[in-house]
Amino acid sequence: MLDPTPNGQHSGDSPLLRTSGLTKRYGDFLANDSIDIDIWPSEIHALLGENGAGKSTLVKAIYGLIQPSAGEIRWQGQRIVLSGPSEARCLGIGMVFQHFSLFDNLTVAENVALGLDGKESFKDMSARLEQVSKTYGLPLDPRREVWQLSVGERQRIEIVRALMQDPKFLILDEPTAVLTPQEADQLFIVLERLKAEGRAILYISHKLEEVKRLCDTATILRGGRKVETCNPRRETAASLARMMVGGEIKEVKAASGRKTTVPRLVVDDLSLPPADAHGVRLEHISFELKGGEILGIAGVAGNGQDELFAALSGERLSKDPGTVVIEGIAAGHLSITQRRRLGAAFVPEERLGHGTAPRMKLSENALLTGHAASGMVRRGFIDTAATLKAVDRATETFDVRKAKRDPEAASLSGGNLQKFIVGREILRSPAVLVVSQPTWGVDAGAAAVIRQALLDLAAAGAAVLVTSQDLDELAEIADRIAVMFHGKLSAPLAASDASREKLGLLMGGSSLEPEEIAHAAGA
Amino acid sequence: MELVEAIILAVLAASTPLLIAATGELVTERSGVLNLGVEGMMIVGAACGFAGAWLTGSVFIGALFGMVAGTLMSLVFALMALGLAVNQVATGLALTILGVGLSGLIGAGFVGERITPAMHLYIPVLTDIPLIGRVLFGEDGFVYFSIALIVGVWWFLYRTRAGLILRACGDNHVSAHALGYPVLRIRTFAVMFGGACAGLAGAYLPLAYTPFFVPGMTAGRGWIALALVVFSSWRPGRLVAGAYLFGAVTILQLHAQGWGVGIPSQFMSALPYLATIIVLILLSRARTGGSTAPAALGTVFVPDR
Repeated sequence: MLDPTPNGQHSGDSPLLRTSGLTKRYGDFLANDSIDIDIWPSEIHALLGENGAGKSTLVKAIYGLIQPSAGEIRWQGQRIVLSGPSEARCLGIGMVFQHFSLFDNLTVAENVALGLDGKESFKDMSARLEQVSKTYGLPLDPRREVWQLSVGERQRIEIVRALMQDPKFLILDEPTAVLTPQEADQLFIVLERLKAEGRAILYISHKLEEVKRLCDTATILRGGRKVETCNPRRETAASLARMMVGGEIKEVKAASGRKTTVPRLVVDDLSLPPADAHGVRLEHISFELKGGEILGIAGVAGNGQDELFAALSGERLSKDPGTVVIEGIAAGHLSITQRRRLGAAFVPEERLGHGTAPRMKLSENALLTGHAASGMVRRGFIDTAATLKAVDRATETFDVRKAKRDPEAASLSGGNLQKFIVGREILRSPAVLVVSQPTWGVDAGAAAVIRQALLDLAAAGAAVLVTSQDLDELAEIADRIAVMFHGKLSAPLAASDASREKLGLLMGGSSLEPEEIAHAAGA
Repeated sequence: MELVEAIILAVLAASTPLLIAATGELVTERSGVLNLGVEGMMIVGAACGFAGAWLTGSVFIGALFGMVAGTLMSLVFALMALGLAVNQVATGLALTILGVGLSGLIGAGFVGERITPAMHLYIPVLTDIPLIGRVLFGEDGFVYFSIALIVGVWWFLYRTRAGLILRACGDNHVSAHALGYPVLRIRTFAVMFGGACAGLAGAYLPLAYTPFFVPGMTAGRGWIALALVVFSSWRPGRLVAGAYLFGAVTILQLHAQGWGVGIPSQFMSALPYLATIIVLILLSRARTGGSTAPAALGTVFVPDR
């Protein structure tokens, strides 16, 4: 098979799929504005863009989930109008969703059956499922229920389900966002194989290095419009990012001369039983975090990061006060408010519902975390002017874009709300900041602002603990990186020493060789 | 012997409306919709069922009237809770209040009238077998139908593709929509099935249980049916066991009073609800993972188009 190039010669005269002038309008808002895209057989085609650039809208239209407002879709040269996903599947278009479209309380086989058209018996389908999963090296037990499976296994179900329809064209929406590097590598092997079989793949990802490595063509969307179609191998990650953002992304710089002073956050042999049936048990977690230092915690979601956050923030209390020490004071038994008074601040992963009360105004949300230690309450009465001032300061310092001075939290976009939440905590000048997934689902510009703020806070002497699934982010800002796996925390590695391979091994539950640990401890 | 047989017959008769109504609600809830209006749909079914039978002289047509009335009531619910995405709990409660009022209006003219109740099966020799004869071969048609209904629902839910799709909608409507299933249409059918069952269960009361109509004659059976669905942890097999258990409790309560047992009757009436709460606690203690209730139960779904 020839290596297809974006503007070069393709075998065959018409592309497998072509959209021309594809437009999707929601009220006044153009989610997709006249998008032309060609997909050829044996091609891995990347679809790049920031959040809200229109990637999901485009693939939903191609998969028949939404109807385009204007423009047309051609499949093998024929104009098609899809009334639903089952029609798309009949043509040979398969899709693997970003937020898995699985049913937790059904078995693997039932989940797969639901994604097929049901023309074969359940027994035949199960047999074929086993065969497909063996052929592509994607092992699955058809009888298990989905809630028992890991994220990687769940994605396997999605992929096998799509492959069982023998698709000519497969759409993958951010498939590696939740995988360990090793799991991602396995996925790439499967994708290369699908490509070699002559299938086309549309690959949505935020990870530019991955796109450069895997994809033959890249189409970049910005603000609902197509910016460019190019060969990603001939671009740099920086040039791709420029096209996505439409300008330079400010590079995050660590301030020099950071002082590592006294330990501000110490966790000593913290163990906690799981809070519910789905929870993870925390086992013997210990680390020490000095002022001026950023400790990164990597790991695949669901390995105890949420539980650790709850234990540090005081959402769950520990029987032994000495397991969590903030600013030299045993705080394991103290409530969130008491911990805030000691100088700690917390930014949870979930923005709406955990980080903020969605239907409350920003000023009220500022009060919710600031009441303990920011002088917003006087003799039991709210100082409205002070809460509004806090909103204004966060808005100014962190460039929070909003329609009015004090809107409801839910009305802000994800990136702006995250800037507000991080700003709200940072402006309280905390001694210890515990932040979980600071830039999850946030566009590149806002992410850079948030990372820079974390670095500046550390430079000012605070201790910062960052939990993230994004290894690039941790490499960029953390001094040391530890990995959580099954409720245990590895010894921290110096960031300079924490290669993707090493972290990936730890994230998959392997332990490093003894000399590496010795090396890490010495660092 | 006579007494035991009489008690078993009475338990079956008392359990049948619970079983029919709960079977319908089970299907509705398995699709992800919580319809608290069972009591309202039942009482309208009772009034219309009696009216149908009185006007035509046919119990069968009366039963059909009851089912149609229950279905129409459930369509009001479907329009509100599915079409307009109104809160399901509020809509269901409103439906019950509406049903109680409506049934009084429809049934007002029929109070004091009598009909010939549903015939009981009689097979010579078989029905005459002592003890089990009348229990197995001497029931009215509703009893046999209720058993066939729950077996059919079990088979539908676990052995057919349509049943799998219905359970999928109840587990995760976003995923079901993403795979191209018409979630709202499927749920509407499930709600209609629940309404038809509730209407039939209501009609059973004046057509077979007591051959006349009294306002408010469902007397909380719709609420017991709702509790029963939870008690069964949304499984058809346990639903049958629970229905007969709850039916037995109501009958025992009557006999206990007759025998002069010193337990207040109010306590006995409360037993089904108490049992439901205990089962809920046991279930949540014993659970290792996953959810026993349909995960999307009672949540509003608005597809984006």
